[in-house]
Amino acid sequence: MIMFFSSPSDVKNNGHRRFFPYCHIILIPRGVSGHESGGITTFFARRFHHVTDHSCAIIMGSGDSTLSKIPNVEELMEETGFSPAHVVRLYERFQALDKSKKGQLSRKDFESIKELATNPIRDRIIGAFFAQGQEMVDFHTFVRILAHFRPVDKNRPKKANMQEPVNSRTSKLRFAFQLYDQDNDGKISRNELLQVLRTMLEMQVTDEQLESIADRTIQEADLDGDNAISFDEFRKSLEKVNIDHKMSIRFLR
Amino acid sequence: MECKRSAACLWLPLLVWVFISVVEGVDVSHPNLNPDSNSSGVQIVHFHWSHVTPEYFVVLWIFVTGLAKLVLHLYKRLTIEIPESAMLILFGFILGGMIWGADKAQTFALQPRTFFFFLLPQIILDAGYFMPNKLFFSNMGAILIFAIIGTVWNAVAVGLSLYGVYLGGAMGNLDIDILQFMLFGSLLSAVDPVAVLAVFEEVHVNEVLFILVFGESLLNDGVTVVLYNVCDAFVSLGADKINAAEIIKGIVSFLVVAFGGSLIGVVFAILLSLLTRCTKNLQIIEPGFIFVVSYLSYLTAEMLSLSSILAITFCGVCCQKYVNANMAESSVTTVKYAMKVLANGSETIIFVFLGISAIDPNIWVWNTGFILLTVLFVLVYRIIGVFVLTWMLNRYRLIPIEIIDQVIMSYGGLRGGVAYGLAVLLDQAKIKEKNLMLCTTLIVVYFTVILQGVTMKPLVTWLKVKRSSKSELCLIEKLQNRAFDHILVAIEDISGQIGHNYMREKWNKFEERFIRPLLMKTSARKSQDQLFNVFHQLNLKDAISYVAEGERCGSLDFARSDNDANLVFKKKFGADLSDIIPDINSDLSDKDPYDIPLENSLPSVCLDVEEEMRRKEVGDNNAHHLLQTHLYKARKQHRHRYSRKETGVNKDENEVQEIFQRTMRSRLESFKSTKMGVSQNKKLKPSKKDQVHKVCLLLPTANACYISYPSEASAGSASGGTILMRLSFRSGGGIENPAFMPDAPPQTPPWSSSAQAEYGVAPSQMAQLRIPWSPGNLHRLAPLRISTRSNDSFLLADRPTTEEEQQPPNQPCGMKK
Repeated sequence: MIMFFSSPSDVKNNGHRRFFPYCHIILIPRGVSGHESGGITTFFARRFHHVTDHSCAIIMGSGDSTLSKIPNVEELMEETGFSPAHVVRLYERFQALDKSKKGQLSRKDFESIKELATNPIRDRIIGAFFAQGQEMVDFHTFVRILAHFRPVDKNRPKKANMQEPVNSRTSKLRFAFQLYDQDNDGKISRNELLQVLRTMLEMQVTDEQLESIADRTIQEADLDGDNAISFDEFRKSLEKVNIDHKMSIRFLR
Repeated sequence: MECKRSAACLWLPLLVWVFISVVEGVDVSHPNLNPDSNSSGVQIVHFHWSHVTPEYFVVLWIFVTGLAKLVLHLYKRLTIEIPESAMLILFGFILGGMIWGADKAQTFALQPRTFFFFLLPQIILDAGYFMPNKLFFSNMGAILIFAIIGTVWNAVAVGLSLYGVYLGGAMGNLDIDILQFMLFGSLLSAVDPVAVLAVFEEVHVNEVLFILVFGESLLNDGVTVVLYNVCDAFVSLGADKINAAEIIKGIVSFLVVAFGGSLIGVVFAILLSLLTRCTKNLQIIEPGFIFVVSYLSYLTAEMLSLSSILAITFCGVCCQKYVNANMAESSVTTVKYAMKVLANGSETIIFVFLGISAIDPNIWVWNTGFILLTVLFVLVYRIIGVFVLTWMLNRYRLIPIEIIDQVIMSYGGLRGGVAYGLAVLLDQAKIKEKNLMLCTTLIVVYFTVILQGVTMKPLVTWLKVKRSSKSELCLIEKLQNRAFDHILVAIEDISGQIGHNYMREKWNKFEERFIRPLLMKTSARKSQDQLFNVFHQLNLKDAISYVAEGERCGSLDFARSDNDANLVFKKKFGADLSDIIPDINSDLSDKDPYDIPLENSLPSVCLDVEEEMRRKEVGDNNAHHLLQTHLYKARKQHRHRYSRKETGVNKDENEVQEIFQRTMRSRLESFKSTKMGVSQNKKLKPSKKDQVHKVCLLLPTANACYISYPSEASAGSASGGTILMRLSFRSGGGIENPAFMPDAPPQTPPWSSSAQAEYGVAPSQMAQLRIPWSPGNLHRLAPLRISTRSNDSFLLADRPTTEEEQQPPNQPCGMKK
């Protein structure tokens, strides 16, 4: 069985021609079953992810690859900036979480993640995966949400006609902002802040103190005096914080 | 001014010189003095120079170096351009020259024993103790790679290259074999934490770069010493007896020494944390324990021939959190200052001695090839090492180390005292060319500290290295950082990866469950929330600026306005004191008031320790001052007596009880008088009374804190007190406050007469005018929110303002600087 990790020598990319000099051919011994080859694919994709970041993997051979199962995978990769290796890994994870095997995750699926149980803002984060009114999350949304946490890559060429990448500073911030803004009115009100504070500070602090902390926090950020934090104010108040560092996860590189 | 400074600068060396020559002269003339006095029977005054000579010299040295530092800092422009370390070395040259002029011999050389036992430990301890832990441990991998692999690489590469060049014949005839070259390479391999700190603290590079260079320099000292010892053992063994087994033994001993040393440090850190758990009743010895126990860890490691530097580093790193939480606030401050003083002092002495050591013709053996090549190799291999290692690291790092940072890292490879100390330790009998090595080491040290140190700042500016942004203490940032942490952990969990965040979270959970209960006081564990600490500090700061403003305007006059600042202030104090007694606001509930520590210990660890300390110190002092002035002044003051053990203010239960009873009585009285409409203070001048009244109003919660001290029984009675009770208490009228007693008996509540209400509640015209001048932070004071509990107060009924109106005026311009 032969597997090609090949990069087409030029890919048409929104009219820009890009040249990728890499081409890898990996030999996989015969007798590797379809399921195993998925794992091996992943393994190799992981090893060469620095290459495959910029290229499109075309996997030949038995045809039973994880990638081909995902509809519109190129589009997804293009949008999120994930490499095939990442997508494959996330897909495996998605399937592991998907207990009902419907190709969609429910809140229950998220809540059953053991490690997440102790996270004080678990509900908020799970909530972030669900769009308004939605009960289920499909793989594409799942990946799109996770893409917020991809580190910003400087080498990635800027595409003029593309909208802001999902892992930009602003969208990272917006993600954080929306954790607070539960009613989606574009403002963190005092009550919303108080709720988050209460979950994060837990037992040590009395309600009175909690309230004054909330007041104080709003005061720091509030520029227009409406006793709430709008997104702009939120962004300004965190100007000095290196969001790229604080909202990125290494393995999604 | 300029003239004065140069005069001072001129005077100092002169003074030193005079002193030295006098001392020398006395030393010589001493025998002449004595016989004379022998014959004359009982002496009134002795002149015993020989009696105190060594101690006198030590203290004199410390004094002179301190003076030198003082003088150097008179020249602001100079200290900006040239790092202090370089200047101190130059000063050492001058001083050494003078000593040479007086003695014609090298009298004061830095002895390795003095260096390693008395000068180095406190510097390392200081570095470990104030290590920004989170930063340190999150970059631990990189630091270890640099400290171990980088150092070994430096040692081996320099040693082998020098040997190669020596074989090539570029150095002429030298009696050095390959092992000695390796030994030399290993002693030169370590980047010196003292030198690095001295330079990098002044340039303020970004924190990741700083922690990489600094952490490396700290840990690789241990590595170097171990490496040195192994090489030294090889040298004494002789080249012909070394086989594979010996080499393996060397590597094993390297690992044992390094990790054993670290382990010793951790063990002593645990011991120290446990100790500070039990010092509640004798707080005065807490700071002493910190120094003694950590020094003990150093000596123990030295005794077991483990790495003492690593031991004391890890002792400091591991104990800081628990120790700071366990100790009283004052002890924490004491330790901080004492440690800074010690570390700074010995750092100064080390640099001056490095300079003085140069003035000794005996050690100067010039060998152009050897010296220049050593300098070159040290520089080049450092650069190569850094670039290769970061290239490897960057493949695994979330945030790659940038090229510019790499340049600074390799340029920041300053050698210093440790290298010199090890060079002096070389055994002349075994190593024939010791002096050559010593003088080469000195030259490398001078080259790196002076030349690289001086050019570091321009280089950092020129390369536009990311600087650390001096961030204001900011609640929203802290809050958001906390949220980010949680978010990242959650995302790692969801995507099913075991990343840094996952590990950190696991460790935190573990620490919270098992380590903290063991090493931290129960009371300290409560106030461990960092977010809350920040809030507390911000409040202190605000209170100070508020008081400062008040003093500027002539007492707390400007606080007359009842709508904004006044109530904000009230709230402030409520918040501040509620740190101390969290249940004031919860209506004197049934919590045990003794459970809460009086002096709250909310420690903070931060990078910019000195500044932070100063700020905090001022904060504490001012807040205390404020409370002292406005609360039970007389009671606190009558307790002045000398005690070696107690430094705190009185916490006598009886007295507190008494205060409580008197307060209750006067409250009742006040209430009665209010009810009958009797005004008690007709004689008072309005202005004075007004002011006093105001202050009383300002501190209702502060007064409440005195009420809540007593035992549960009385607390119960207080909470059992009806609304009426609280009424008068809120108004402040009934509380007997000695600070106001002499000329202001308990106040008539404002509602007793409309005229007085006018005075008491409505802000004066002047006060309103003054508010906008309040300090920048004031506008950030929390907006007013009347607590639900104050609704029952008559005060509220009198107050015309409502919640909406009480919000401070918008000051968008002042919000963000």
